This record gives sequence, C-alpha cells and structure tokens, in this order.
Amino acid sequence: MKHPVFVVTAVVAFLAVSGTLFLAQTTIPSIPYDSVDFLKPPANMPIGEVAGVATNSTGHLFVYMRTGPFNITVGTSRTFPHGSSRLLEFDQNGKFVREIGRDIYAFAYAQSVRIDPQNNIWVVDQYSNMAVKFDPEGRVLLTFGRRPETSRVPNVTLAAPAAAAPTGAPALPGGQAGAPARGGGGAPPAAAGGPPRGGGGGAAAGTPGDSFNRPTDIAWDAAGNIFVADGFGNSRILKMDKNGKFVKTIGGRGNGPGQFNMLASIAVDAKGNLYVADKGNNRIQVLDNDGNPKAQYQNIGSPSAICISPGGHQYLYSSNSNDPDDLERGEIYKMELDGTILGKFGRAGHLVKEFGSVNSIDCRTENVLYVGELINWRVQKVTLRTK
Amino acid sequence: MKRIIEVCVIAILMSAPVFAQGGPGVKEIPYDSVPNFLKLPPNMYMGEGIGVARDSKGHVYTYTRSGATRLYEFDEKGNFIREISPGNYGFEMAHGVRVDAQDNIWIVDEGTNMVVKFNQEGRPVLMVGRRPDPFDGLPTAATFYQNPNPPMPYRFDRPTDVAFDAAGNFFVADGYGNSRVAKYDKDGRFLKTTGSRGNAPGQLNTPHSIQTDAKGNVYVADRGNNRIQVYDNDLNLVKSITGIGAPWAVCITPGPHQYLYSSNSSPESNNSTQMATSGEIYKMELDGTILGKFGKGGKLLSEFSTTHAMDCRIENELLISEITSWRVQKIILKPVASAATK
Repeated sequence: MKHPVFVVTAVVAFLAVSGTLFLAQTTIPSIPYDSVDFLKPPANMPIGEVAGVATNSTGHLFVYMRTGPFNITVGTSRTFPHGSSRLLEFDQNGKFVREIGRDIYAFAYAQSVRIDPQNNIWVVDQYSNMAVKFDPEGRVLLTFGRRPETSRVPNVTLAAPAAAAPTGAPALPGGQAGAPARGGGGAPPAAAGGPPRGGGGGAAAGTPGDSFNRPTDIAWDAAGNIFVADGFGNSRILKMDKNGKFVKTIGGRGNGPGQFNMLASIAVDAKGNLYVADKGNNRIQVLDNDGNPKAQYQNIGSPSAICISPGGHQYLYSSNSNDPDDLERGEIYKMELDGTILGKFGRAGHLVKEFGSVNSIDCRTENVLYVGELINWRVQKVTLRTK
Repeated sequence: MKRIIEVCVIAILMSAPVFAQGGPGVKEIPYDSVPNFLKLPPNMYMGEGIGVARDSKGHVYTYTRSGATRLYEFDEKGNFIREISPGNYGFEMAHGVRVDAQDNIWIVDEGTNMVVKFNQEGRPVLMVGRRPDPFDGLPTAATFYQNPNPPMPYRFDRPTDVAFDAAGNFFVADGYGNSRVAKYDKDGRFLKTTGSRGNAPGQLNTPHSIQTDAKGNVYVADRGNNRIQVYDNDLNLVKSITGIGAPWAVCITPGPHQYLYSSNSSPESNNSTQMATSGEIYKMELDGTILGKFGKGGKLLSEFSTTHAMDCRIENELLISEITSWRVQKIILKPVASAATK
C-alpha cells in the first residue's frame, strides 16, 4: 500500500523537477522535409569540410570550407602555419560561379561565412583569428583580428581526455593555447563541465578590442553594429559599431547567465536582441543589444549552428549537431523567437536527409534551409513541408 | 629428462609452422612480369607504390605517396586516364585503395585517419573518420606508438585498409595505432569493433591489409604477429593462418573458387639481408593450404621491393604495388600442368 504512494510521489516530484524537459521532448512534432545534395562543383575542385554557408539577396550561395592540408613550414627559428580554406560562390542552382580570396592571409581554418543586408560577405576564420568583410565584388573592405605571425606547433599529449585539459595552460604566441584543443563544431556536450578546449584563458580574453581566440561567427543589428562570437578560445562577444570601432565586450567563461562555454554561433533578431549558441552549456542565451541576459532556451541539445529567418514573423533554427566522433543526435529545431519549439527534423548520419556535424545554417527563406556539414563535406538544401 | 622433452616440445611448436607451411617444399610458381605496365604522361610520376586496385572494367587505380599523396586511374592496358581529386582534404599519407562491387573507389589514408569513398565520377560521397583539426597539434615522439586515441567508433588511428561484403557492409583495418577491425553498414553507420594490440588469438599487431571472401568471412593480415586471422562476418574469430611470414598485403580472388594471396614483404627494402630472406608471395586456398609461392626481394623487374598491396581480380594476373621501387608490376602466373593432365 505504501509502495504505490511512494511511486506516485516520486513521479510527481520528477515531473515537477524536470517537467519542462519531459513534456517538451514528448510533444515536439517532427517536421516532414525533403533534401538535396546541393553543390555542383566542377570536377576535381577540392571539396572539404563545409564550415560556413550563406545566401545573398540574389540567392547565390557562399560556402567557406576546409579544403586542403594544414601545413607547417619551418623558418629560421619559427614555424609558419599555412591553411587551405576556400570561399566559393555558387548560383541558385548549385552551379559554381567563382572563388573569392584564394590563398588570402586570413584563410586558414574555415569557420563561418555570413552575408549582410548590403550583400557584403563576411568570413570568420578559426585559426587565423580573423574576420574579413568583402564587398559583393570580393574586395577586402575591413579586417578584424590579426593572424599570428608564427605558431608554435602545439606539442600536446593526445592521451589527455578532452575534459582534463589543464587549466591555465600557457597561452602560445598569437593566442593559440597549449591545452589539448579540438573543436570546430566538434565538442561533445560532456565538455560542458570542464574548461573548453583551446582556451585556458587566452591572451585576448577581456582585451578591449578585436583580438580573438578561435572566433566562430559574426552578426549585425539593424544599425549595422557588429557582433563577433569569440568563440572557442575566448568566451565572449565583441560588439563594434558599423565602422569596426570597439564598443564593448560581453560575457566571459562560465555557466551563469551572460556567461558562455564555447560560443559556436550568433544571430540577431529584428529588434537587435542577440541569440548565442552557448554550445558547451547546452543552451541558447538571449541578450539585449547591450549584452544584458534576457532568457535561456534549453532542451534543444548542444546548439552548434543557429539562424534567424527574416521577415515580419521571425523563426529561430538551432542544430543539435553530432560530434564528429559519433553519429548521435543531429536534429535541427525550429522555434519561435521566444523559445517555443515548433518542431524538429533530421538525425545524424551520412545519407541525404541526414546531417553530419552541422556547422552552419542559412535560413533567408523560412522553410528553405541551406545546411553546411563538416564530416559529410556537403551542403544540403532542405525544404520543410508546410501544410 | 622432463626438461629436455619440454625443450623439444617448445622447439617443435615454435618451428612447426615453418615446416608445415612456408619452408622448403613449397612449390615455386613460375611467372613473368610485364615491363613498364603503367604509363604516365611526361612529368607525372609514381611515388611509393602504396595502393593498387582494379575495377570491373579492368581499370587500375593507384594510391601513391608522391610529393603529395595522389590517386591515379589507368586503363586496363596501363595507359593513364586521369588523376582523381588532387589535393583532396582526405589525402595526406596514402595507405590503401580498393574498388567495391559498384566500382566506387575507396581510399584509406593513414595521414588524415580517413576512409573516403569516391563514386565513378571521382566525387567523394562517403567519409568515415576525420582529419584532425590543427588545434589537435602533433603527437610527441613519446606518444607516437602509444595508441593515443582510444578506438572510438568513428575515429581511426593510422588506418590501413578497407574491405566490403556482399551486403555492402565495410570493414576497416585500423591500423598502426589501434590494432583493431571496425565494421560499418553500407550507409557508414558503425556496427562493431574487434581486437586490441597483442598476440593472443583475436588480438592484432598492426592489421595491415584486409579482405573478405564470398561468404563474408573477413581475412586480416596481422602483420606484426606473422599470421592471417580469419573472422566470420560478425567478427568472431574463426581461425588463424600461419607459416607465411609477415603478411603485408592480402588479396582474395573473385569467382566460384576463390584463392588467397599473401605477401611476406621485406620489412626494409634497403636491408640486403632482409631482402634475401623475404619478399615471396604465397598462393593459398581459402583454408590456408599453400598451393605455391613466387618471387623474392629485389629491385629488378619480377623482384619485389617491399610489396604493399596486391590486386587479384584476375586469378593469375596480379598487380603488385611496391613501396620502394615506385612502381606497379603486372605479374602473370604460369600454372604448372599438374601430373593428372600430363
């Protein structure tokens, strides 16, 4: 007699504690969708991990990808990194149009590309610690951050598990940290409890300016203010005005409101609120335009790529991307800006309609998404079916 | 007395495989080598001959360590057709190339820790494993041989080879770092793994080459343990084939009567002592019975300077890829008429 009462009490208590999670996950509808492997590159064009994908107003698609080996050359007393990431433009049918910025100094390890309302092309590179603004013709207009002159080859013990990265690891020249550092969209949620890999308090943390440590993404508000997610090494947002003048830094490492643990992606709504994929803390944080925390959205896994659609009624997409070491999770959520989950679609995998470590989403059209995948070296054009 | 018996027993046990298999008495198979089989355009070169495989049309694919690791296609006569995906993100340090039943071309790269499947157009269509990002840094000399990465489902550590069964499942020999075999379904989803470093049954010491037979059994060249270990399709150990030296490269012929080739390649082709005592290739029944052997270490035509891969889509017309002679030899075996036919 006593036993059933206890069980009921326990269930009620469980629901009380985790009710939101429990209810949310059992009632999320699956959104039916179709998908095609979108890019049609010329034969023998090197294709690699698709880190960034974005459309401009004409429907052209810009893809920033990791295409070649990351080389270290040996100088007289220093080593010099040479990346091979490429920015490619495709038309609305996926046909290759041109390459932009071939072998430019900032292109080392691709992370993100975004297109602003004037069709300028903005690229964020995780290894060169730079963001670059190109005009629509492909000329460099503004640069942010600086590529390290040299890079000591991180001589780390790979046996150390990710979460056991030594805190206070010495910051290397140029802000590359000596801790076992992985990422690029790959940190498992388990890393949430420990210090993020690659940081350990880089030299740039808190620096009042555009000194980045593994930056990940960029966004703008209607006034043209620039917000850089900085990133995997630092855990802050840098706000600049439209001319690139420093305004403020927002946040720092931690799991409290307004703190971050691996900012993977950032987007701004029409009112200027910031939405931050706080990947290591398994949440999206919403902040006002000055960086004051407003809300947290959970129960969406570990957000690795987010996107806000334009128009009168804006939607928020967030990908719970799989770690490259597994094929778990991988679903993408469609939400209202207030965090209400409208539905989800997809799972991790290699097939078309499955997703392999999604690192970026373009959602210029509400129900037509371009999804860039790291491990499948692919952009899928996903069409959500509407009733 | 007892001690002497023990010593004798041990001596017999230790030497038994040699007498039973690859020692004196194994029939020599006569053969020819076709000179200059692969013909490259001017200023294109083979590097170390690491991987070689034919497709159903007889076209030849070589995965070679040149200035950069490169994947070439030749026609059945050895005429150059094209280079596939130069500068591919998965190319760094060639280790294997195989062609599946649908003529997809699979490469295994021990530098990027990747297995990449290309379709016939040369487009990458399935990637398993991942090139380490630059933030991972480099392993130190002390950690280099210490299996730094646990054998995770989708992360390899210097993988060596790939094989396919009739259902499209594939098996990755993984490799120098992990000493295991991992099985995936046709969509690239991990199914299971077996093996760890060691010399006990089922353990592996550098699985260097892998093949399947028509029934889906898996043959793993357990190079460091001087044996081929045979598993069923679910990777349960079935048996072990010994007495064939160190199997560097294995190949199983198609058709109703399948044969198994295994190369006891010279560990160092610039060590003349080793070259004189190794380099032969064995032809076997699938059960491990040796039918004969051919070849020896050396730099000349029809000698083998550390064979690294073999193609045997045609039973008695093998393609032999050698590390240090930067070439692929086409070898024609000349079966000796048996007594019954004389």
